[in-house]
Parts: sequence; C-alpha cells; structure tokens
Amino acid sequence: MSASEPPINSPELRRLTPVLGPGHTYDSITDKISSIVLTRPISLGWLVGFGICFFFIMLLNVAIVYLIGKGVGIWGINIPIGWGFAIVNFVWWIGIGHAGTLISAILFLLNQKWRTSINRFAEAMTLFAVMCAGLFPLLHAGRPWYAYWMFPYPSTMHIWPQFRSPLIWDVFAVSTYFTVSLLFWFVGLIPDLATLRDRAVSKPKAIIYGMLALGWRGSARHWQRYQSAYLLLAGLATPLVLSVHTVVSFDFAIAIVPGWHTTIFPPYFVAGAIYSGFAMVITIAIPLRAAYNLEDFITMRHLENMAKVMLATGLIVAYGYFFEFFMSIYSGNKWDVFLVEQRLHGPYAHYYYALILCNILTPQLLWFQKIRTNVIILFLMSLVINTGMWLERFVIVVISLTRDFDPSAWGRYSATFWDYAVLTGTLGLFAGLLFLFVRVLPAISIAEMRELVAHNSEEHE
Amino acid sequence: MESRQRIYGVVGEFETPRKLIEAADKARAAGYKNMDAYTPFPIEGLSEALGFKRTLVPLVTLIGGLVGGLSAFGFQYWVSVISYPENIGGRSLNSWPAFIPVTFELTVLGASLCAVFGMLAMNKLPQPHHPLFNVDRFQKHASADRFFLCLQANDPKFSVSEASRFLKGIDAQHISEVEDD
Repeated sequence: MSASEPPINSPELRRLTPVLGPGHTYDSITDKISSIVLTRPISLGWLVGFGICFFFIMLLNVAIVYLIGKGVGIWGINIPIGWGFAIVNFVWWIGIGHAGTLISAILFLLNQKWRTSINRFAEAMTLFAVMCAGLFPLLHAGRPWYAYWMFPYPSTMHIWPQFRSPLIWDVFAVSTYFTVSLLFWFVGLIPDLATLRDRAVSKPKAIIYGMLALGWRGSARHWQRYQSAYLLLAGLATPLVLSVHTVVSFDFAIAIVPGWHTTIFPPYFVAGAIYSGFAMVITIAIPLRAAYNLEDFITMRHLENMAKVMLATGLIVAYGYFFEFFMSIYSGNKWDVFLVEQRLHGPYAHYYYALILCNILTPQLLWFQKIRTNVIILFLMSLVINTGMWLERFVIVVISLTRDFDPSAWGRYSATFWDYAVLTGTLGLFAGLLFLFVRVLPAISIAEMRELVAHNSEEHE
Repeated sequence: MESRQRIYGVVGEFETPRKLIEAADKARAAGYKNMDAYTPFPIEGLSEALGFKRTLVPLVTLIGGLVGGLSAFGFQYWVSVISYPENIGGRSLNSWPAFIPVTFELTVLGASLCAVFGMLAMNKLPQPHHPLFNVDRFQKHASADRFFLCLQANDPKFSVSEASRFLKGIDAQHISEVEDD
C-alpha cells in the first residue's frame, strides 16, 4: 500500500526537511488532528494559559466599562495628540492579521505546499486580530453605541457618510476584510467539520459539528465547485489584504502632518503588516507544536520558511525607514527635516532607537541558518519583532503629533493605566480566543494534509 | 429501476485516488452517466473522469463582483452628487478617485459572498441528511481514508444486480446498496 510508505525524504532528493514528517497515512493524520479536539482531555497547561487570558479579558471588560462611564479622558490622549494608543494598537493588530491572509491566499495561489499545516490557525489568528483591532476605533470614537453612523443608512438626519474620507474607507476595508477572512476560513473548515461530525464520540458533538458541516459528504460534484470557489476566494483575498493596510496607511498619508504625508506609506505599511503577522504566526506556532506534539506537521521547514519571509519583509521595512528618512532630508521641507531631528534627538528618541534595534538590527540574525532553525531564539525574535512593529506605529503616531507646525500647539503624550489595560486586555482576548479555537476546531486542515499525503505517495511511486 | 423504488444507488469503495479515477473511467466507458464519487479530499482529474461539466461558480462570482462594484460606485455618486452635495475643499462633486477604495472593497465583498453562497447553493447545501449516510462504512471512511464511487439508480442503464456486478468487476470493495429514504 503506497499510502502507508514513508513519503520522500531520501538524501539524494532534497536536503530540506519535508513539510510533513515521514510515515503518515490518511488515517493517522485524521486521527492525530481530530483527537486534539475530540478526545484529548483538557491539560493543566491549557487551563493555566486560558486562566491568565481570562484575567486579561476581565481587565479589558473593566477598562471598557470604565471608559464608557467616564469617557476617553481616562486615556492619555489630549490635544494635539488625539490618536495615541488607540490608533497605535489598531494599526498594529490589523497588521498582525495580514499574515494569516497572506499564508492562506497568496501562498495558495503560488502553490506553496508548506502553507498547508499553518494556514488554518493563521487564518484564525487573522480573525481574532481583526476583532481586537476593530475594538480600538470603536472605543476611540468615545460613544461606541453611535458607531453605526459610519455606515450609510437612510437616516432621519438626512445626511450620509463622507466618502472622500479615509476614515470611511477604513470602515469598508476592515469590515470587508473581516467578512472575507471569515468566509475563507469557514469554507476551508467545512470538510474538516464533516470529519469531526463522523468521528465525534458524543451525540451533542456530532450534532453541533454536523450542523456546522452543512451536510458535507465529499461528493466529487461538490468538491469541483468547492475548489473553484476556494481558488476564487484566494484570488479575491490577495488584492484585498494589500488594500486593507493600504487604506489604513491612507489614514495617515492623506493628512498633511509631517511624517505622515508621504507616498511610501502604502507599500511600507503592507510590508510591515506581513512582517509583524509572520512574527505572530511564529509566536503561536512554536508553543502550539510543542503542546500538541505537532512537530511532524509543523516542521522546521515551516519555521525556517517563515523566518525567511520575516527577513525579506523586514528588509523591505528597513528600506521604507531609510527612504522615509532620506526623503525628509532631501526634500528640504523644514517641517520634515525637523521631524527627523525629533525622531533622532527629541523627547521620544528612545522609542525610535528601540524600533531600529527591534525591527532592523535584530532580524539580521535570520541570515544564519543556525538561528532560523533554533526554536527558542526564533520564538524570542518573533516577540522582539512584534514589539518593534508596535513601536513603529507609536513613533509614527506620537512623534508626529506631539510637535507639528506650531510650537505653541506642541504637547506631550504619556499613556495611562487604562491605555495599558486595554492593550493587554486585547492581548488576553486574542490569546484566549486562540486557546478556545485549538480546543474546538481542528488547528490544522485535515483535508489539505491528506492531499499532502496523496501527493507524497504519488511522488514516491 | 422501476422495481426497486427505494434504492438510491450502489456504492463501492477504493483504497487510493488513482484506483478511484480508473474506476470512474471504466464506469463511464461502460455507459454509466449518473454517478458520483465521494472522497475525503479533492482529487485532481476526478471530475473529468466522471464527465462533469464546468462549474458556474466563476460566473456567479463575476456577477457578484460587478454588482458589488457598480452599486458601490453608483451609490457614492448618488450620495455625493445628487442626495447630499457638499463642497469639500473645492473638489468637484464627482471626485471619483476618492470613491475607488470603497468601490474596490465592495467589489471584493460582492464577489466573495457570491462565490461562497453560490457554491453552497449549487451544491444544495446545507442538506443535513443524504441517502449515502445510511451506509455504515460511508460514515466512518468517506471523510477519512477511503474513496467511494456511487452508481445512482436514476441512471437509465441502472439495475442493482448489474451495477453490483460491475463494481465487483472493477475491484471495488465493500459494495453495498444505498437505501433511499
């Protein structure tokens, strides 16, 4: 039986680690992945992890309730720094989401087999990151219960949203992004939900997974349409993901504030988004494979490839920083030159240097294969890069706003306890949702892993 | 077919995708038209082997995208020029470049919604029950590790004994009748 034979990993064929550990069959893959959801008992580690997340989710609740009671004055924002943490966090979270779509859509179109075992949880990560991101503009609006004013609906006030404003573009971009990511994720899940339905050990589970699976039975007719729809969704999600961070960067680039008003923003925001997103996928993948013994599915090859993508996008980001800097000086515009001075010597210069250290210098270590294949260093580096990307947004938002054109309108910004409470609260929400996700849905696409087995055994024949 | 009203078809099982494709080829050569295969993952070349036509999903998606994009632009035009004209920085009322981002987003949204819901509708999903779920081995293996071929009773050539014999002849395993209900 060819399917039970080890897939290709003979030394003369390739030196690379395979994308799937040897010896797997359709059945072993189905068993291993579905057992995490169906039969594996809840471990102590999971409980402790989720408990910590739960604490931060409660902190988020408190912070939101207090915010609604008192107003946005409890945050560090003021005039002229009206944006502060809320927008920094919004842009950061949205950026993190981008890697999920990149992995699931762009790598799918490029026929990259190594995407298979990481796309499911990367897409989940996208959804959860966009949920966290969406909270910030909503809360920052001050009266979140009026958020529906941003949507065009026939109102008794006889007015419409201003479609020339990037902030309205943002509403459409982010809500479309969330909807399409959700559809893409769900379509990918349907065959696996059917597997869970058929293997469920208890009646309630069989009923719940059965309802979610919509009666999927793997009919060839269905697969034909399914594959067509999946490919089209991948093709649609690809320009979408590029457009989302482009629109987010328009929030800045269309304003006249020094340091924001620059045409390099869209590409450099998109590269930064993918950079931080891959860092977050690594942050999640490394503990996940260790906790559920998934080293056969999420192999060193995956980690190394993701490290390479981080290195490449990190270099694009470095290029962006350099040209931002260069153009400000070269333009001779005194506000832009002043901004560069502020970044290098101003009151927030240490944030700028920390950003360069995290985002440009540290990732250069990824040139070495020893580093790329060292799980612990890679994990720490992913945390450093995500911190760096957060600092990038802080530098962009705060340094530009504290000292713009008129010295009499200058200000200072420092975050309050409630700023940190909301930020850490969303981190808890994000991680908590991931904890729940790995317990109730297959974190790796079972159907696609079977395709990988079929592919390997055919190559072997 | 007339004698056995309550039969949906006859189903047989194969171990590998390749064997299933060969079986589908043979069934088609033998003159069976109404048949379907059931597999735990999509298999390249299977729909050709079964003689399926092209899907309409791309067309539906295109229509969704066009409707989304055109209605988004049309709506923004209507709002900004007709319903609620406002002078913003002296720009023309129909400042179309500013309408492109929303137009683009809604094109993608319309196309994606149509792709997914069109696919589900054409597949007649959700459909919680199907006759094949009456087959024990189907429940256990169709979503895991086996490849099924079902010759359907609504085929003009179909008869239970003939179809069973045919499946046996092409080395199908665990051949069973599928009761319709």
